[in-house]
Amino acid sequence: MSEPSTRRPDRIRAIGLLSGGLDSTLAARVLLEQGLEVIGLHYSTGFCMNDHRRAMARPEEDPKRMRNEGLRAGADLGIPIEVLDAGEAYLKMVLNPKHGYGAKANPCIDCRIFMIHGAAGYMREHGGHFVFTGEVLGQRPMSQHMQALRLIEKECGIEGYLLRPLSAKHLPPTLPEQLGWVDREKLLGISGRSRKEQMAWSTTWGISDYPQPAGGCCYLADENFARRFHDKRLHTEPEQIRREEMILLKVGRHFRLSPRVKIIVARDQCENQFLSRFDLPGWRFEALDCGSPLTVVEGEPDEDLKILIASITARYSDRRHEPLVEVAARKDGVEERHLVPPVADQVLDRFRL
Amino acid sequence: MNAPVEADEVLDTVGLYCPVPIIKTAERIRKMEAGRTLAILSDDRVILIDLPAWCRSTGHEYLGYRQESAEYRLFVRKTRASARTR
Repeated sequence: MSEPSTRRPDRIRAIGLLSGGLDSTLAARVLLEQGLEVIGLHYSTGFCMNDHRRAMARPEEDPKRMRNEGLRAGADLGIPIEVLDAGEAYLKMVLNPKHGYGAKANPCIDCRIFMIHGAAGYMREHGGHFVFTGEVLGQRPMSQHMQALRLIEKECGIEGYLLRPLSAKHLPPTLPEQLGWVDREKLLGISGRSRKEQMAWSTTWGISDYPQPAGGCCYLADENFARRFHDKRLHTEPEQIRREEMILLKVGRHFRLSPRVKIIVARDQCENQFLSRFDLPGWRFEALDCGSPLTVVEGEPDEDLKILIASITARYSDRRHEPLVEVAARKDGVEERHLVPPVADQVLDRFRL
Repeated sequence: MNAPVEADEVLDTVGLYCPVPIIKTAERIRKMEAGRTLAILSDDRVILIDLPAWCRSTGHEYLGYRQESAEYRLFVRKTRASARTR
């Protein structure tokens, strides 16, 4: 693979990251306004909240909240979208980000590098001329300040070929601008956290259907998810963590009972069904003769912990107000029964993640 | 919505959640000749939103769907315009 040619081509093909949010949509639109051919890449990372809403398949959920915003934006803009599975390589990066985490479990700089690096590969493979993103200078504290933008470009190995159309006027001219492929004067000069200018441009261009709030759809930036994520990293060797375990962090109530034992208690029927579909090797607990959550166990509990897990399961069953509840524990065709009182909430809170 | 068409090829994505069925549809369509029709089987109801959007984005022709109990059978015809997605 080689760098794109600097000769003036007949048709300029721009490859962009398109999440479907307002910024990436506007960035694509800015280039379409200049008559460029635009192709959008939409990464499926496994940490998108919309994707999880889908997997839960709650019948009351509005399908619009579950749609793929990248596809929707591509359709509205009239540009082709390539959906890419970020796969195991993305998980590996998330578990060990070179540039560390933000306030939650968000490895924003490494995430940008991962995606832009992928876009650069796509550009070389498919005859693209440069890569663009919807990044806005100063919008996000970790990944969108000047130093971070420069670092990301450098580490992606496409210095000069990465255009940020929304903030271009605050940044040094890129090669596409210097070569006349893109008219710098028609690029934008947006910076900062306010979204007023983006809103104004969206009105100008009739872009009204985009997700709210901006940047709010990634589990890695979610406080509850981050707590569970870091607990998982603390108690499991990173190379042993599988994608399925990341999916499970999004489901149910999580309790760390010991360094080696954690449980997940489903919150409703949808989560019961979701957990029951997973081929998990450990014990499963259910209160008998009533509506009960499914409790799945990671690790091998001793007898005391089994009593505690049964009590927690009882606490979230329909019989939680009764003095004693019978709970079944099953694993590999073996069934045990435990008659236990539902656990008190103040005890439970010590273990909650 | 009834789709009165038969398909040349069938792609079974039952049990998979979007965007995986879309990724697999794109892979399959890429290998098909223009004018041929693909049926996609899915039990993810959001595919009824995402697949038409993907077709509008890529230029392929969305022909509709049939519901078969808990599953959907959606039809896409590959068009020459799809050259823009290779």
